[in-house]
Amino acid sequence: MESPAEIIPHSGGVIGVSWLMIALPLIGAAVLLLGGRRTDRWGHLLGVAMSLASFVVAVASFMELLGLDPEQRRRAYELYQFIPGVADMGILIDPLSISFALLITGVGSLIHIYSIGYMSHDPDRRRFFAYLNLFVAAMLLLVLSDNYVGLFIGWEGVGLASYLLIGFWQFKPSAAVAAKKAFIVNRVGDFGLLIAIFTVWTTFGSVAFGEVFGKAGEASQNTLTAIGLLLLLGACGKSAQLPLQSWLLDAMEGPTPVSALIHAATMVTAGVYLVVRSGAFFEAAPTAQLVVTIVGVATLLAGAIIGCAKDDIKKGLAGSTMSQIGYMMLGAGLGPVGYTFAIAHLITHGFFKANMFLGAGSVMHGMNDEVDMRKYGGLFPVMRITAITFIIGYLAIIGFPLLSGYFTKDGIIETAIEHNAILGWLAVVGAGITGFYMSRMVFMTFFGKRRWADDAHPHESPAVMTVPLIILSIGSIFLGGFLVLDNRFMQFLAPAVGRPEELPVFHFVSPAGLATLALVAVGAVFAWFRYGAAEVPRVAPRGSFLTTFARRDLYGDALNEALFMRPGQWLTRIAVFFDNRGIDGLVNGLAAAIGGTSGRLRRVQTGYVRSYALSILFGAAVVVGALLYVGNM
Amino acid sequence: MNGTTITAPTIEYALLSPMLIVFGAAIIGVLVEAFAPRYLRKSIQMPLTLLALLGAFVTTVLAASNGLPTTAAAMGAVAVDGPSLFIWGIILILAFISALLINDDEQFVAQAAAVPGSVDEEEAVRSGFAQTEVYPLLLFAVGGMLLFPASNDLLVMFVALEVMSLPLYLLCGLARRRRLLSQEASVKYFLLGAFSSAFFLYGMALLYGYAGSVDLKAISAALGSVSGQDTLLFVGVAMLAVGLLFKIGAAPFQAWKPDVYQGAPTAVTALMASTVLVAAFGALLRVFWVALGNLDWDWRPLMWGVAILTMIVGAVLAITQTDIKRMLAYSSIAHAGFLLTGVIATGTAEQNSSALSAILFYLAAYGFTTVGAFAVVTMVRDAGGEAGHLSRWAGLGKRAPVLAGIFAFFLLAFAGIPLTSGFFGKYAVFTAAVGGGALPLVVVGVVSSAIAAFFYVRVIVLMFFNEPAADGPTIAAPSVGTSAVVALAAAATVVLGVFPQPVLTLADQAASALFIR
Repeated sequence: MESPAEIIPHSGGVIGVSWLMIALPLIGAAVLLLGGRRTDRWGHLLGVAMSLASFVVAVASFMELLGLDPEQRRRAYELYQFIPGVADMGILIDPLSISFALLITGVGSLIHIYSIGYMSHDPDRRRFFAYLNLFVAAMLLLVLSDNYVGLFIGWEGVGLASYLLIGFWQFKPSAAVAAKKAFIVNRVGDFGLLIAIFTVWTTFGSVAFGEVFGKAGEASQNTLTAIGLLLLLGACGKSAQLPLQSWLLDAMEGPTPVSALIHAATMVTAGVYLVVRSGAFFEAAPTAQLVVTIVGVATLLAGAIIGCAKDDIKKGLAGSTMSQIGYMMLGAGLGPVGYTFAIAHLITHGFFKANMFLGAGSVMHGMNDEVDMRKYGGLFPVMRITAITFIIGYLAIIGFPLLSGYFTKDGIIETAIEHNAILGWLAVVGAGITGFYMSRMVFMTFFGKRRWADDAHPHESPAVMTVPLIILSIGSIFLGGFLVLDNRFMQFLAPAVGRPEELPVFHFVSPAGLATLALVAVGAVFAWFRYGAAEVPRVAPRGSFLTTFARRDLYGDALNEALFMRPGQWLTRIAVFFDNRGIDGLVNGLAAAIGGTSGRLRRVQTGYVRSYALSILFGAAVVVGALLYVGNM
Repeated sequence: MNGTTITAPTIEYALLSPMLIVFGAAIIGVLVEAFAPRYLRKSIQMPLTLLALLGAFVTTVLAASNGLPTTAAAMGAVAVDGPSLFIWGIILILAFISALLINDDEQFVAQAAAVPGSVDEEEAVRSGFAQTEVYPLLLFAVGGMLLFPASNDLLVMFVALEVMSLPLYLLCGLARRRRLLSQEASVKYFLLGAFSSAFFLYGMALLYGYAGSVDLKAISAALGSVSGQDTLLFVGVAMLAVGLLFKIGAAPFQAWKPDVYQGAPTAVTALMASTVLVAAFGALLRVFWVALGNLDWDWRPLMWGVAILTMIVGAVLAITQTDIKRMLAYSSIAHAGFLLTGVIATGTAEQNSSALSAILFYLAAYGFTTVGAFAVVTMVRDAGGEAGHLSRWAGLGKRAPVLAGIFAFFLLAFAGIPLTSGFFGKYAVFTAAVGGGALPLVVVGVVSSAIAAFFYVRVIVLMFFNEPAADGPTIAAPSVGTSAVVALAAAATVVLGVFPQPVLTLADQAASALFIR
């Protein structure tokens, strides 16, 4: 295989000012947060403007990048010295980072616009836009940085923004708890990432992408495996992969645009970015690569199973997000061909999942913020735009032929089967389950009998919300085919991630593809009989053992509680006990001793000049004596 | 002597212009006091002072941008080199913002000559008198501070020391409230200052006896050539050291600091605590590195002892203080100890310049935070003037969250918490000390920092986690000047803590060529 192109120092042009992408939303966030209530009236407009401006810079940089030879398309430049000798703040514009930048600013801007309508009744709308801008800035720093330290700052920044936005409605205890949970679970992953960065630094003496990837071959196999697994731990935290998946479902407590932007389209894919960016390490450590694929497959199945049992529309979508990121992670563990499909799926997923989340938000907007799908039903006639765009997103995600998901997901599955048949066919099964749970969601929401609450008066949302939906659904239809056919995206990404020896050819008819389609169809039909044709009870039936298993998120929380929380609490209790008795005794004793000394010494300070003069004289005598003694020694 | 022509000395007026501007303005200030009508004086003095300081700063920057001279100016008497210029810059900025604080009438006595509590005093207050001599005094003191670290000869240094100190003795006695305390502080400072000057002078005389010159370069040269006079040399060095260590408030010569800092008008305390420390460290470094640099094996053990004692005395005694100004005074003693660890860190030329740069950065960082902290102290008042007692500060966080927050930030900077200027200052000095082989000293420094952190945090706890007293102090509506000082100091503390690189680079450049000889 052909390795990635060299990173070339850059100056001038639009790329030379591409740091504005980060700076503009950051300024927006600063103005809105520091300006306080004074900015309430126009705050949301500023937020949208900053995000759009950032998008414009991203598009212009992209155009300039396209104007260069493919081998010249990795450009980096230094902004300023950050930690002398360790890391400088630098920007790397290459096909991989610009793809992310376009997704983040493009989908981000649409979600900003949508939020004007969605948050119109919220008294804290300005604060919301401040956090959204902060998120966009941090996420861009994450993907545009040319070294691991800058990436880590962005990584923590998006974590902070995510925390602030999940807990945006702090008055709801559930939101506050969910925010805290997301933060704590992410800490585990961040810890892994930190250690990985430390290891990279001690092994290669640098954290800059341009230097360390070239030296990947110099390190021992064990070191590389360790770096890979630690990076994967970080990726698992941010991307809600097993075993750190538990926070994502709770994160749906945040406002819906947040779920769409952060917890579906962009932030949760940061883990995939990290693995693909660090491809050089993973390619040199097959064990770590295998673990990546296993984690991906396990998560894609777990997410799909959880998605089957959720009655909360947003949690269902969250399960689906987990599952789809599982696909991406699987692709990210498969080398350059897999990277391309993983990133392509990431981008199309960004569109169709944001599309569906915003659609769900639009439904909730019309249904007094009801999220229980058992209280929906028959909404198609009353909100046609929302329904049609949602259904387009649905068809895209289940892989309906010729829509976006069909190309990108099938690409991952085909590549996976070539590498490892077991994992590949498990991914096919996952696709079948996807067909079932997504169909269930559509049938329960838009078709069947109306099971609305008495005071519900569903209506179509305003244009400021539906226009983004329409734009996103157009992307959901065409983007996948555009990227995958003719290997367009593979050719584009090749300078950044490497080029496989032979380019894959997309087969419209292949055994795996046909099997996938068949399973998806079975799933959809099954869903139709259970939730479309049959009566859906307004209260969830008790269900079998398996249903409970899925409803309780595969007992993920119970497992965490039993394995970590309870022992952790015991540990803290023991630590507190010893701290009080042992360490505090020591510390307090020491403090008392110093305090006592201080009290005694204080009496020397009599306030009389004569005693001060005496002490000076005494000191002078000591100084003279000491110098004479040392000098004559 | 017939036939000998007297050659006129060459004076580099451009290089010396910062000092000339300050002294010139001070003399004009005296004339204003003599001839201008009383009601006009303040409106002349204030702008004159600020303009003079600003002009001096601009000429300092100009001098620095013209490239550093390689020989001493004014016939070898004044060394205007990188460190001098950097120190001048700091002193002038700090003096400028302290002058903004001094603008506050509430601080100063109406008529210094009136007996406290007498009818005369009441009358003076009622008729709105103001002791506008404060401004020329300030300028004279600042002029002395500029000359002190730049003097290349002990005699000039002594003159500078006195020019700097005498106006300060007077300024200390001019507090409007608690005048007896203030006057007591003034007299104490004067007596002890005179005492220490005598040591300085005596040391100088002995060194002259040893080297036959008071020129720093000549003394340095004599170290290698004169023999058999060691007692003269060592006693002289020791006496000189006492005089200088007194000015920076190193233990065991620190006793004046708390009393004087407490008694002096707070604006003057801010000036003294920041600029005098900067100037005195400049002079100390010049004497010990230029004149006595080749003797470092002999004076280093002494400085070790003084540094350790100073750090410990400052940190430990601060714990039991109940007055905010006294506490800050002890904190200043501890910081002098931290700075001394940098003075000891000599070695190769590279090591010297990194130690010097660390000290210069530390002085800049510490100076700003100090002026800011004292500016906050001026704003917390009750019926008797400033509410100095710590118990009065309880619950301040609830009454004035912004002010208490800023003060807490200054305290954290004193403690050296990362993201404040104090962190980088301490880090730089301790790194230099480790590089100079003074690891045990750094251990003591870190331990005393931990002790010191206790009393800084105690004040924060007091402000934010205690219930405010029912009749607690009020927050005076700050004048424009005072709020500007607090804002500037806070901004400097943040910027030097988050983005220290430009100032570090500047300090590196200033220190790169070391002191000229």
